[in-house]
Amino acid sequence: MAKAEEGTDWAGLLIKVRDRQDKAAFAQLFRHFAPRVKGFLMKSGAGAALAEECAQDVMATLWQKAHLFDPARASVSTWVYTIARNKRIDALRKDRRAEPEELDWGPEPEPDQAEVMEAQEDTERLGQALAQLPAKQRALIERAFYGELSHSEIAAETGLPLGTIKSRIRLALDKLRHHMT
Amino acid sequence: MTIRHHLSDQLLMAYAAGQLPEAFNLVVATHVSLCDECRSRLGAFDAVGGALMEEIDEIAMGEAALEAALSRIEGLPQATRAEPLKPAGIFPAPLADYIGGDLSAVRWQRIGGGVKQAILPTGPDASARLLYIPAGKAVPDHGHRGMELTLVLQGAFADDNARFDRGDVEIADEDLEHTPVALAGQDCICLAATDAPLRFRSMLPRLAQPLFRI
Repeated sequence: MAKAEEGTDWAGLLIKVRDRQDKAAFAQLFRHFAPRVKGFLMKSGAGAALAEECAQDVMATLWQKAHLFDPARASVSTWVYTIARNKRIDALRKDRRAEPEELDWGPEPEPDQAEVMEAQEDTERLGQALAQLPAKQRALIERAFYGELSHSEIAAETGLPLGTIKSRIRLALDKLRHHMT
Repeated sequence: MTIRHHLSDQLLMAYAAGQLPEAFNLVVATHVSLCDECRSRLGAFDAVGGALMEEIDEIAMGEAALEAALSRIEGLPQATRAEPLKPAGIFPAPLADYIGGDLSAVRWQRIGGGVKQAILPTGPDASARLLYIPAGKAVPDHGHRGMELTLVLQGAFADDNARFDRGDVEIADEDLEHTPVALAGQDCICLAATDAPLRFRSMLPRLAQPLFRI
């Protein structure tokens, strides 16, 4: 990652896209995320042309559905990942994918800045934890997310560090309960 | 609503990784719609995907890619913030989408003993169906090959081990042979998905099995 990008407020840029249709903010997000999405799709087995086309679709979805992004619940990279994953299912498997109901909107439209920071830090902490895993465990996680492990292999695989994952991330249950009331 | 029977970490991770068959996706999405705890745990597994996305080897986009993207969004309307659609009936949104409505839209087939089912259209790797079991009736005694998920939407059922109410999901594998019974009071409606055909222990249902696809 280029030094200049460290500490970039990706959530802030996406909120500019959402609230002000800010094209410069979109361009910055595009330069960072589109090559990553393309890399992800190619690792998952897509050819270069298809991966490029899907990465374009993912970035267009980011523009169109920016209002669904909740910066207190997920970092931008996590949100982009979920869009890219669903695009991969569409393009490579041609399955339909059921998604959970959206949560009710909370009373305040503006998220708490501390929660936004935490969501971003969660992803960073998780990234560090993944980097520190024994090589074999990390490879298993990557294979699962790049589509090389079937669901029954994931179910049977005892070497997956599921506990590590959960202990590195704040489980924002209180916030969800708040939403549900 | 207190949910006591949750999805496993393995299922949530496979859903986050996009590796579940369509029928299992439907059960996971429907359960998560009802269960804050699993929604939160799913968020942790989605974040693994996000963390990998940050570390991944980038592959450069084509030269004119950014221009193409900018001119594409020029004409694209942005969706606006709206209250999410909450179906009024017993089916959470992802399930109501598959059925095309609520309970009244289900086309039931009778499969004997007052039990009814409706098979939902999903991809071939696993099958999903709604089950309707009258209060007090047993689901025919059966074991499993592969994995079966059963999510309660109305009423409750119990087997020898536990009781399952609305929102609870039972995860059964090959080792489980059980006799679920719908509890008295209200007819039980479940969403069930399996990646293998069920096998019944008595002769007659076994003969009927190919016919009804259960």
